[in-house]
Amino acid sequence: MTETLNIDQIRADFPVLHQQVNKAPLIYFDNAATTQKPKAVIDALSAYYEQDNANIHRGIHTLAERATTAYELTRKKLAAFLNAPSTDQIIFTSGTTAGINLVAQTFGRANVGKGDQIIVSNLEHHSNIVPWQMIAEEKGAEIKVIPVSDAGVLDIEAYKALLNPKVKLVAVNHVSNAIGTINPIVEIISLAHEVGAKVLIDGAQSVAHLAVDVQALDMDFFVFSAHKLFGPTGVGVLYGKRDLLESMPPYQGGGEMIKEVSFSGTTYNELPYKFEAGTPNIADVIAFGAALDYVQAIPSEALAAQEEALLAYATQKLQLIPGLRIVGTAPEKIAVISFVIDGVHPQDIGVLLDKFGIAIRTGHHCAQPLMQRYELVGTCRASFAFYNTFEEIDRFVLCLEKTLQMLG
Amino acid sequence: MGKSINEIQEELIEEFGLFEDWADKYEYLIDLGKKLAPMSDAFKTEENVIKGCQSRVWLHAEKQGDLVVFQADSEAIIVKGMISMLIRVLSNHTPAEILAADLYFIEQIGMSQHLAQTRSNGLVSMVKQMQHYALAFS
Repeated sequence: MTETLNIDQIRADFPVLHQQVNKAPLIYFDNAATTQKPKAVIDALSAYYEQDNANIHRGIHTLAERATTAYELTRKKLAAFLNAPSTDQIIFTSGTTAGINLVAQTFGRANVGKGDQIIVSNLEHHSNIVPWQMIAEEKGAEIKVIPVSDAGVLDIEAYKALLNPKVKLVAVNHVSNAIGTINPIVEIISLAHEVGAKVLIDGAQSVAHLAVDVQALDMDFFVFSAHKLFGPTGVGVLYGKRDLLESMPPYQGGGEMIKEVSFSGTTYNELPYKFEAGTPNIADVIAFGAALDYVQAIPSEALAAQEEALLAYATQKLQLIPGLRIVGTAPEKIAVISFVIDGVHPQDIGVLLDKFGIAIRTGHHCAQPLMQRYELVGTCRASFAFYNTFEEIDRFVLCLEKTLQMLG
Repeated sequence: MGKSINEIQEELIEEFGLFEDWADKYEYLIDLGKKLAPMSDAFKTEENVIKGCQSRVWLHAEKQGDLVVFQADSEAIIVKGMISMLIRVLSNHTPAEILAADLYFIEQIGMSQHLAQTRSNGLVSMVKQMQHYALAFS
């Protein structure tokens, strides 16, 4: 029997959840856009600025040492969280998008040439499409796309047919932000490796929901953002295999990333600092450490069970609404429900639900190629976290029905 | 001689003043959207699209005598309601009147969130585009 979570106790840890929006209690179902922050993260931020603020790595005074230790401790926690072989392979970025651009501009620039190919999927967020288009255009390479089924599942047979020695990189998400599909990344990675291609996995939507072991999965590159894992905005992580990271040229030049600078030539610092030019986002990285502690203290089986139960309950209730169609019905998905309703524009639903104090996302979810595939202008997306409740789903469904009456 | 821009704004403020809760206000807005005079399909062209992030808005303007006349449409009904009010306020006025207009009614009726910079709709761009047309016709 899986332990169940004490949701009231968990909710008490998230100050933002306890407020009225438009005179109704806030229901926050936009967790795929960003998760809320536990008090521990907010406290870590203010404690850092109140007690330890200093620039890191070079200062020899006490505050600099404290700040450096706390900053590097988050890197250690991340290495453990991902089961990375060493802390040197954890690079801090500003977010998932920055991590993908870093790999595109360094690995991509060094390894993709004229006539080569990069594979992405039809499920990708724009941030895992555009950086590859930019490098492909610059190098005269081609972008190939893994098609997606009506249910939202990637076509692995089509993927196999796309693979050939010209493919230098495969970039896919672990979980689709728009419709919640969990992609078979074990298979995607091993198939790519058979033709010598490297793989970047966009973990933005997976890290809050699924355990990730970068060694067991044989990940080449894995990127994600802290703010979708209960941490602050402005921090991202790039994990890479050591040989790949070492062979990649530096990205941005500046302080911190150098070993020695002279006008006759500059030598670069070692990993991970080679890719961390300039003063980093110290406070948010440190507070991210508090988020990792928080989320890892919750029994992962109970967390997964809560999210699965929320997904099943909401799916069942939403399907009873006449004219409502769920977009993305993959057998393997996280607690995200994208839906459309006959004759109603998603934006109208979003505007009115907000008046009921309910936050969902409407639109194309920065996945226009997927919307084009389904011939939709957009969807409504409700995305859950473990702090959401069944009562919230009940009220959401009730308010959605009222919304449809108003629009009817 | 038609009503001035501010007289129409006052009318709208009075109409919305009748509603106590937001749901009634929005039902009225949705109703305005539904009643918006249909836009001729000939004007629903790519050039007339005002790019918003979520719903498309089309705007066409022409000069009839001294006055600028607008037609517009949107895929989303609440946006259409907002468009309907903007047309009621600004259409059939001279370029100078349109350029000088201060659209205070939007805040007064509690709809300023629809003009917020959240990329969620093209209304801010629509107001700008209406003024651009007025400038072009002046």
